[in-house]
Amino acid sequence: MSDHMQIPDPQLMKSAAEAPAPDAEIEIYDDGPQAAQPSSDLSRAWLRRLFSTRLEKSDRRVRFVAIGFAAVYLLIAGKLVWLGFKPEPASMRTAAAEASAAARPDILDRNGEVLATDVKTMSVFAEPRRIIDKDEATELLTAALPDVDPKELRERLGSRKGFVWVKREITPKQQQEVYRLGLPGVGFWPENKRVYPNGPVGAHVLGFTNVDNQGIAGIEKFIDGQGLADLHGAGFNLSAENLAPIALSLDAKATFAVRDELAKGLEKFKAKAAAAAILDVNTGEVIALASLPDYDPNNPSDALAPDHINRMNVGVYEMGSTFKALTIAMALDSNKVNLNSRIDAHGALRYGRFQIHDYHGQNRALTVPEVFTYSSNIGTARMALMVGVDGHQAFLRKMGQLDRMRTELPESAEPILPRTWGELNTMTIAFGHGLAVAPLQAMMAVGALVNGGYLIKPTFLKRSEADAKRNAPQAVRPETSEALRYVMRLNAEIGSARKANIAGYFIGGKTGTAEKVVNGHYSKTKVFTTFMAIAPADKPKYLFATVMDDPQATPETHGFTTAAWNSGLVTGQIIERVGPLLGLEPRFKLPELPFPLLAKLGYKQANSPAGKAQEED
Amino acid sequence: MISRAEQTLFSDWLWTVDRWLLGALALLMVCGLVFGMAGSPPVAERLHLPTFYFVNKQAEFLVPAIAVLVAASFLSPRHVRRVALAVFVVAMALIVAALLFGVEVKGARRWIFGIQPSEFVKPAFVILAAWAFSEGARGRRDMPANFMAILLLPATVVPLVLQPDFGQTMLISLVWGALFFMAGLHWFWVAGIGGAGASAVFAAYKFVPHVRARILKFLEPQSDGGAVTDTFQVDTARDSFIAGGWFGKGPGEGTLKRILPDSHTDFIFAVTGEEFGVIVCIALVSLFAFIVIRGLTDAARNEDPFCRFAAAGLSMLFGIQSCINLAVNLRLMPAKGMTLPFISYGGSSLISLALGMGFLIAVTRKRPRTEVLLDAALDPGAARA
Repeated sequence: MSDHMQIPDPQLMKSAAEAPAPDAEIEIYDDGPQAAQPSSDLSRAWLRRLFSTRLEKSDRRVRFVAIGFAAVYLLIAGKLVWLGFKPEPASMRTAAAEASAAARPDILDRNGEVLATDVKTMSVFAEPRRIIDKDEATELLTAALPDVDPKELRERLGSRKGFVWVKREITPKQQQEVYRLGLPGVGFWPENKRVYPNGPVGAHVLGFTNVDNQGIAGIEKFIDGQGLADLHGAGFNLSAENLAPIALSLDAKATFAVRDELAKGLEKFKAKAAAAAILDVNTGEVIALASLPDYDPNNPSDALAPDHINRMNVGVYEMGSTFKALTIAMALDSNKVNLNSRIDAHGALRYGRFQIHDYHGQNRALTVPEVFTYSSNIGTARMALMVGVDGHQAFLRKMGQLDRMRTELPESAEPILPRTWGELNTMTIAFGHGLAVAPLQAMMAVGALVNGGYLIKPTFLKRSEADAKRNAPQAVRPETSEALRYVMRLNAEIGSARKANIAGYFIGGKTGTAEKVVNGHYSKTKVFTTFMAIAPADKPKYLFATVMDDPQATPETHGFTTAAWNSGLVTGQIIERVGPLLGLEPRFKLPELPFPLLAKLGYKQANSPAGKAQEED
Repeated sequence: MISRAEQTLFSDWLWTVDRWLLGALALLMVCGLVFGMAGSPPVAERLHLPTFYFVNKQAEFLVPAIAVLVAASFLSPRHVRRVALAVFVVAMALIVAALLFGVEVKGARRWIFGIQPSEFVKPAFVILAAWAFSEGARGRRDMPANFMAILLLPATVVPLVLQPDFGQTMLISLVWGALFFMAGLHWFWVAGIGGAGASAVFAAYKFVPHVRARILKFLEPQSDGGAVTDTFQVDTARDSFIAGGWFGKGPGEGTLKRILPDSHTDFIFAVTGEEFGVIVCIALVSLFAFIVIRGLTDAARNEDPFCRFAAAGLSMLFGIQSCINLAVNLRLMPAKGMTLPFISYGGSSLISLALGMGFLIAVTRKRPRTEVLLDAALDPGAARA
């Protein structure tokens, strides 16, 4: 105890003199080296220091530790600042908005009937990072949604993404079931689903959308191409309410009627396919379009079947005798012939080893209207030869028959031209063989022949006549156009278009029967028939066209498969049914002076009823 | 106003305590209540308890905690040692009792009589270690103080490892090592102990599967960590800070806290980040830094070796615990269950922290130099107390 009592004194003084006791202690050992055994003392000193602690070091070391703590806290604050600068990652909301089906504008017909609209549906999504037990979640979700593949779902939930879909477009009942599972990290997101209330009516024009509500065919794709996709991409939150609806040229009721009549015809004649359209010849608007077989855009996978193409726009066909209208117009427009010219149609027209025959051979010289009404191959071939190969090509190009016609619909097809175009090609193309065009393309040309000569590109959007004619070139002279109206009218009165001559509508028309190419040769039994009709012929408003692929003979057709018996008949049915819908006024009295220009030019027969003209002739 | 002219027990206390430290601690307790209102409701709702159940409990615990803190701060260094010794003995007895009779919760036997005795061991251990080191550093020959200090560690740690409670073990070992370092340990041993610590970590990595998985996961977040653990908590914690941004979503507006497990204890800092923002978080970190650095500088200035070591040890205990929690929340180190002092919910933890901070205030009280020296002179007597 006394020992201890002695220690405080020196320590007390030394600590006050900034020389604490241990230091002194060490100094003693440091003096050691001067003693007798320096090396052993040195090591002993070192060992002693090694096994002792030294108080005088402690305040420095405490400060050292304080600096260490300061550094750690700074590091923590630094990390906080770094996190503060970190942008918030694409939140679930934006991820969902990006992934989900965006709103689209409604599509209306020309009268405001809804053809396509959005409905709200619920989709289930998951945030994999927030799902605690992924196996349990997979099990419960697949129990509630049996058509989700468990293996695939487990994989998706195992990903490190912030957002994955579990199932799109679920029913309210399924939503309730999933909701009741109470899984964290699983939620619902309202989406837009495209709905086509009229089913297959107008399907080929409307096209369809994929599950993300992006247009991938038809007008739907056209809408996306007009900047809708860009707007969505730019993050605009578009809803159906703030998107102006798109008004189409289609008339929903007429389209339904056309499709219905066409379906009846298809069934009756057991044709492989058929298509029909109504074109407003003054505005270029497509009033109705149907192509069978078709699909329901509500079930887009159907649309991918190869025989479900739009035969009016995407299929190209040899149009047969309807092309004769073009040939005659060309000959008239180039003043090579006039309506009174007579063209030799004796026997057969020989060209090298080929012979061209007439179906309704008359073996005499025919007037130009007769060439049309008798559908003389020889007559039209000769007329084309009068114009020549170059003139023929130039005329067809002017009429838009040699280039791909592009409308709003993204689907279109290039015409098939002969590889080398010689005189023989000109002769056959004159009556519609050897050049394959889309039927709508041919309609554009025929429309120009009857509307006063304006070549108006067809459109699927509503537009006015003034808009249509602003950029429409004058393809043929008005007189030529009237002559064509006259011959088509004549053909409906006494020629091959009689089956479509619905009383009161003053119809004009032209049939076309092309032999189908089977194994590289024209088949004698398989045909592609077309029919084009104008109403009314004196002042045409609508051009009706029907095409049928491989129609079969029936007892009523007496074994015939030519256009008049099938396409012509169907067109007649269509006109009869849609005439009232389209506001075509039936007239009980035929017009007094239907073709005034021709009267001025001195063709009196044109304005007298056909029967009498025939007698006079 | 308390007059300096009159000397009473209270006025002595008031004029000698580190009022900045005391104020910072009071502020921290208030923060604990406020942030608890953000972090605990989701947990309470999950357990079908009233929304503010944990906040109310925390407030209830604050009453005894403040009492303990203030009472402890009145103690003289000698009484601090005595109280610490008593607490240590009782707590160790309870730990052993918990090991033998306690109920297993989440794979560990830590609880007995509704308290977690290992929480109370921490401040008591630090005081005892500081005592032993101060005696050892003073170079006393009559008793092997350093040897006792060395023995103290395994005596405390072994029961903790048996629980098992690696978090507390690590905390106690780190503080003990740092105290030894402060006591003037030769650099040879500093390196040696550092090496031992590193090899202990390596051994844990090698032989304890969940430690291994956590470290792997920390080093390589993309790996699945051997499917033992995942980074859900720390990932969500990080997302919370990012979602909160600089100014936070506002109190009660947090959503990530609903899926963040332990949002009222280990990850309350992340919830604070989501609702109050990075700036408030930085302020909170600054508050912790202030307390720790203030405690350490007080310690460095203190001339009484025991008080110096005790203050430094208690500050470090507080500092290391807060740093580990903050670092885990910010994904600066592998996940380790550690509560944030005074902020995280927990009754035992709160009272033990109050005891520790009470001791800290007590040993950092300004004392007349003569008293210090006299104390030192009389110390041998106290050593046997």
